[in-house]
Amino acid sequence: MGGLPAGRVEPVEHDYAEWERRVDALMVLLSGIRGGRKLMTVDELRKNIEALPPDAYDRMGYYERWVTSITQVMIQRGVITSDELGRKMAEIEKRG
Amino acid sequence: MGEARFKPGDRVTVRKAYPLGHIRTPFYIRGHSGVIERLCGTFGNPEELAQQRSGEPKQPLYRVRFMQKDVWPDYRGDPGDALEVEIFQHWLE
Repeated sequence: MGGLPAGRVEPVEHDYAEWERRVDALMVLLSGIRGGRKLMTVDELRKNIEALPPDAYDRMGYYERWVTSITQVMIQRGVITSDELGRKMAEIEKRG
Repeated sequence: MGEARFKPGDRVTVRKAYPLGHIRTPFYIRGHSGVIERLCGTFGNPEELAQQRSGEPKQPLYRVRFMQKDVWPDYRGDPGDALEVEIFQHWLE
């Protein structure tokens, strides 16, 4: 990948989980390509994926990288704050 | 800046530069020479779009054909194998 040494690429078919479809839809909506307010670009998505530490990049799945990057962009652009995110995550965790 | 300076068949070299930021030109292809295969169109500059700026003026994007044996010193495939990479004009000279 990216010209670095790596093993064979093993293509596998798989279905998408519901949360993965939602992350994809989120990106479509935030990109403004279906109308509505444009809140991020695909280039910001890529930039923040590239900024993941290598071990996190390797550990995460495709859409986990996406949702992490989308969240970073929303914080960078001031759509949400880290404080709001942290409190919401704690609230949801309490629901169990 | 937005005018297409190259045409199919032109030989080009990818700039060997390593700036910080969001760069779409792969590391492994920088410094290599290839041939313009086609003009793909003009698009907002991703280096600017990634930083919440407009990406204007739009930049010509080319598909550039490189020979695999030139890119990878230990390439063992067919010597006629090619690799095509889409590269923005400001990375080509």
